[in-house]
Amino acid sequence: MQMDTQENPTVLEQIAAEAAEDLPQGIGPLFGDPDPDAARAFFMEKSRAETDKRMGAKEAVERFITDGCYLAIGGFGSNRIPTTVVHEILRARRRDMAFLGHTATHDFQLLCAGHCLNRVDAAYIVGLEARGLSANARRVIQSGEVQLCEWTNHALSVRLQAAAAGLSYGLLRSMLGTDTFRRSAGKVVRCPFTNKKFVALPALWPDVAVIHVHEADMFGNARIKGISVADLELSRAAKRLIITTERLVPNSAIRQDPTRTSIPYYLVDAVVHAPFGSYPGNMPYEYFSDEDHLRDWLNAEKDPEEFARFLDKYIYQVADFNEYLQLCGGLDRLRELRDLECLADG
Amino acid sequence: MSAPYNMMEMMICAAARLLEDGRTVAVGTGAPCAAAMLAQKTHAPNLMIAFEAGGLAPRLSRMPISVGDSCTFYQADCAASMAEMMTTCARGMIDYAFLGGAQIDQYGNLNSTSVGDYNKPKVRFPGSGGANDFASLCWRTMIMTVHNRSRFVEKVEFLTSPGYLGGPGEREEAGLPPNTGPYKIITDLAILGYGEKSRRMRLESLHPGVSVDKVRENTGFALEIPEKVALTPEPTAEALRVLREQVDPQRLVIGK
Repeated sequence: MQMDTQENPTVLEQIAAEAAEDLPQGIGPLFGDPDPDAARAFFMEKSRAETDKRMGAKEAVERFITDGCYLAIGGFGSNRIPTTVVHEILRARRRDMAFLGHTATHDFQLLCAGHCLNRVDAAYIVGLEARGLSANARRVIQSGEVQLCEWTNHALSVRLQAAAAGLSYGLLRSMLGTDTFRRSAGKVVRCPFTNKKFVALPALWPDVAVIHVHEADMFGNARIKGISVADLELSRAAKRLIITTERLVPNSAIRQDPTRTSIPYYLVDAVVHAPFGSYPGNMPYEYFSDEDHLRDWLNAEKDPEEFARFLDKYIYQVADFNEYLQLCGGLDRLRELRDLECLADG
Repeated sequence: MSAPYNMMEMMICAAARLLEDGRTVAVGTGAPCAAAMLAQKTHAPNLMIAFEAGGLAPRLSRMPISVGDSCTFYQADCAASMAEMMTTCARGMIDYAFLGGAQIDQYGNLNSTSVGDYNKPKVRFPGSGGANDFASLCWRTMIMTVHNRSRFVEKVEFLTSPGYLGGPGEREEAGLPPNTGPYKIITDLAILGYGEKSRRMRLESLHPGVSVDKVRENTGFALEIPEKVALTPEPTAEALRVLREQVDPQRLVIGK
């Protein structure tokens, strides 16, 4: 078929206009490389062996979490969070890390307390939802010591899904037209089929992720109960993965009901046995959040000097997570939180 | 004679009335969650409540403190993921969403990110979270807020979540799905909507005892004000009873 350009100039005009179209681009900094072949080169070398990966939280931090690395935390801020490992990150005085801030609440509060971060992909930071805002996290962010890039919760999930799928970008239909987009590292693109506008989001491969689960075996096969938030895509996108688990189960139990495996072993680098490991956060079907202790955190943060003493007491002068639990009321308090989760009607 | 009530109860009852039965609503914690629970326990038993972390159609019997805590999927039809919830919005199956913010302008744009220089802000707020996603993808978005000049501003300092952006047609021009956008604002003074053509904020009804002038004084831009402004109905005795006895017996929200 021959196209008579003389008689149909609008088509050519339209094509030319589209080619020249200046689609909006975010001006935020891009932390990390979205190239899937760089990620494939890493994963080519990653061990596939089904070996015993159990170790303590301290050892997991020493081996897999380095100054300057890109860190991601699973769960939802104050729900199903790997507090044991986050405390060890503070005690190890890690610095200059990048962080995935998708509804980060108590985890972000901790990392700001330790001044561990200098780059943050931010969807939700500095707040603890209905509990209020973290005075210290605000001081850290307002000082300008952390470089930010803005996103939305869905955007960060899509970035992880793109990485998990081995692609260099994912697509999103929110953020369009806003300052959240302008301060992101996304780019508006047109669909080759419908010509509609979407936001292209760069794939995100965190250097290391830490996810708290209900059950895992020593190889890392892990089960999550309740909402998975963004942890299925996070576990697949992260280059290194530390699992902390309420309970260790034998591999035979995993194999008896493999449909329940949320995270298969070959994604996992370390398994940390951490009963009550989400404290003071909520662990669905296990224990509720310790709202009194979280309020103590928010109150202590108001005065920097008092907060320094608070951190010494609860983090820096504490040998391990068990000692922290003892300081916070030990088994008596944990039993109350268990009853609140398991006995209360709702 | 209606039973006496406080302003939070008034706002929750007004918001609840706007939620139709058989629809879906995305809620956060606090007053919006109370409004959705109240609607479900009164005129809208088939209202589906959804939380952004993945809790879908729970039987809420306790007020959540986090949109991802275990209350948000207690006896739920489905405990899924954030992606499941957000893609449900993207597919056009979430009818209402409640949003919040430090600032709102005449087109319903919201700021929940920062005030002052972005790189060294005077005040940093949490950011979008899932709010921009909801504001972009849900059919009708609503806001419950106190009404004053520091919140109702001529121009938001950071446009976190989209209202009608710069005016009619701008959402569609940016690429957002057609026929979505801001719907109602429930404040402690009034209920407001948006002009169908102008897309500018418009006074719809005044709460008992509130004058048009009082609303004007507390709004930092020119509101559209119709010739006749309705009166917001007071909460019914039944709604108050359910709210106090079944929705928030611990007075976590209505006691504020």
